Amino acid sequence: MHDQDHDHGHHHDHDHDHHQDHDHVAVQPHPPAAKDEKIHSYHQVLGLALKELLIEKGVFTADEIRKAIEWRDSITPAMGAQIVARAWTDPAYKDRLLKNGTEAIKEFGHDMGALHLVVVENTPQVHNMIVCTLCSCYPRAILGLPPPWYKSREYRSRAVREPRKVLKEFGTVLPESVDVRVHDSTADMRYLVLPMRPKGTEKLSEDELAKLVTRDSMVGVSLPESPH
Amino acid sequence: MVKAISLGDRVRVREDFPLGHIRTPLYVRGKEGVVTRVFGSFPNPEVLALGRDGLPKKTLYEVRFQQSELWPDYNGPETDTLLIDIYEHWLAKV
Repeated sequence: MHDQDHDHGHHHDHDHDHHQDHDHVAVQPHPPAAKDEKIHSYHQVLGLALKELLIEKGVFTADEIRKAIEWRDSITPAMGAQIVARAWTDPAYKDRLLKNGTEAIKEFGHDMGALHLVVVENTPQVHNMIVCTLCSCYPRAILGLPPPWYKSREYRSRAVREPRKVLKEFGTVLPESVDVRVHDSTADMRYLVLPMRPKGTEKLSEDELAKLVTRDSMVGVSLPESPH
Repeated sequence: MVKAISLGDRVRVREDFPLGHIRTPLYVRGKEGVVTRVFGSFPNPEVLALGRDGLPKKTLYEVRFQQSELWPDYNGPETDTLLIDIYEHWLAKV
């Protein structure tokens, strides 16, 4: 079901034994093709076969699949950032967002479908961080596809086991006086972190604020950017 | 009849190891926590995974665990917590 993820994980990380690599000294007008183009794992082949069968049987068309992928790819973390910036500037919106995230993001035209959005707020006392230990549950409706590290076994196992060490590796060092709350999304809820508004941003507009809100700060592994 | 679980209750996760599509990770099984949210009822994913309707629906809870209770050697303050969504049939009131 996750074929739109382009989720080939570790296959194409460090293996340099493909023939495409051999001409790397020559001047190339085009970048080399992605290495994984010809490599199909068992599950990729199974996925392709299933897709072809469903098209042949008329369950859906190739164009419908293409449109669905295009729609998926059009969702970027900028959508989440806009929501966060609104919550920073509009206290009533923030209340609605924390009470019922699913409903509050409809004001931006976003739809969680069958899922629900829970927004957890960072404060000077509490830092929230999201993980899905069982798979890769992620608020895709507003952040798009999860980054590869989010889906890695390493992050998924270590985020619950040693969150402070993982945070530190992301450059986020929190004092012991701040409670670290890890949310493991195992069911129908999807989680979004509402980071703290950075200092020195009092004069910024909502759009300017949104630019400071990074994807990772909404997953809770880092903090928003500082202004300028 | 199992007593209904409500907000603030102390609960224990069933220490059980059934086969199938189980959405209760191993690391919380047998552990005690506190119910911090009641999300409502949802089709049971363990039944949905079999291609069935997932009925009867199960109540979904958010349960908070103290990290130091999940991991005896947890490296961090006692106030660090882990919150996770668990269905009613995996929980019993303590």
